[in-house]
Amino acid sequence: MKLVVIDYGLSNLLSVCRSFAFLGCEPVVSSSPEEVLTADALVLPGVGAFADGMAGLQKLGLDDAVKKAVAAGTPLLGICLGMQMLFDEGEEFGCHKGLGLIPGRVVKLADRDTDGAPLRIPHVGWNGLYPVGSEQFTGILAPLTPSDETYFVHSFAAETDASFHLADTFYGGHAVTAAVRCKNVFGTQFHPEKSGRIGLAILGEYLRLCENS
Amino acid sequence: MSKVRVIARLDVKNDYLVKGIQLEGLRKLGSPHDFAARYYEQGIDEILYMDIVASLYNRNNLSDIVRRTTEDIFIPITVGGGLRSVEDVRSILSMGADKVAVNTAAIRDENIITRVAQSFGSQCMVLSIEAKRRADGHYEAYFDNGRNHSGKEVVEWARRGVALGAGEILLTSVDKEGLQRGMDDDLIKAVTEAVDVPVIVSGGCGCAADAVHAVSAGASAVAAASILHYNKTTVPELKDALRAAGVEVRR
Repeated sequence: MKLVVIDYGLSNLLSVCRSFAFLGCEPVVSSSPEEVLTADALVLPGVGAFADGMAGLQKLGLDDAVKKAVAAGTPLLGICLGMQMLFDEGEEFGCHKGLGLIPGRVVKLADRDTDGAPLRIPHVGWNGLYPVGSEQFTGILAPLTPSDETYFVHSFAAETDASFHLADTFYGGHAVTAAVRCKNVFGTQFHPEKSGRIGLAILGEYLRLCENS
Repeated sequence: MSKVRVIARLDVKNDYLVKGIQLEGLRKLGSPHDFAARYYEQGIDEILYMDIVASLYNRNNLSDIVRRTTEDIFIPITVGGGLRSVEDVRSILSMGADKVAVNTAAIRDENIITRVAQSFGSQCMVLSIEAKRRADGHYEAYFDNGRNHSGKEVVEWARRGVALGAGEILLTSVDKEGLQRGMDDDLIKAVTEAVDVPVIVSGGCGCAADAVHAVSAGASAVAAASILHYNKTTVPELKDALRAAGVEVRR
């Protein structure tokens, strides 16, 4: 299986690649639209600001390639900023258009908890995952049990229809979108490549789903 | 709130894990990777590598250790020591570090904080502060691994660092470091009340109760070194004790 990790100049790709290699699938790292279009599965990692990420994709013609590949049925996993860019738009440093693969927008996290006390932003650390609209996890989260913890580092989060949520986490009492799915497109706000055993289980499940698709 | 993080702090000198007392009198303990792997297996939440002689040589020597770590340790890694420029930071991030802890370079030129935050995000920029209590009860920021004093008052410096873009503070008490006789709760309280970013506290954690006190004083994360390195406790024991005291930690 040809797993392509998309390199658009922003991210540290090493950890993501090492995780997949550890799971037995050495990925191809590429900035080339052709590689994206011929991939069996895609990973869009990302750390940084929304606008910079989109600009990086556009400059290399990767935005159109990703959209085409997804329309043709190629599975895609977006991680952190890579997940945020799956949505219609993001409001980090002004409003910017995203890839529009999942309906929704990316907004700043609330800076007060539900009791009105100040919340530390960014939300950094390990936090529990809870399924949305079901008792059990599905999709790439199928191997997990509710309250399993993953590692988050973010100041923005997606607002999208509950039907796209695979999991929420809770910060300051607010539900925060933690993982999403829309057909063959998956996204995690947290970093599975930094989430120990649980994170590896998620990436392993993504590989399994891709192999069976 | 996020769960309180338990972080293993590994001070490194020339490829060896070392441990001193008040940042001096270093003892060689072994391979940093072996220790990091043990803590990872035990459920540590993050790894913090500090190249503690790097500032003297103006460079960080942890690239190989960090690279090796990313092969089989899948949790956040912070690296500090001798990072002088945005290019140094870029280089260590490309080796697999997730965050950098900057002290000396920020004291020499505070603008590096903003440059790192703008280039890689504030979540990546940890301002490392080595604090020593002065006779007047205030704290002063030290650099070059506790060797030199900056004239900066710690609480003010923490505030300034956050305003410039630091996403976390690593607060080390030089007075308490390595003694395993409790953390500096007054210092922790003063800094955590002054800033709205997470504060990782380091120095003096000798038992779970010390960590509990530090959390009560406002710490978002506790760095442990001696008690783990010398097998005085394990990560699960430390976490169980925190949980028993009502502190939420990762399983």
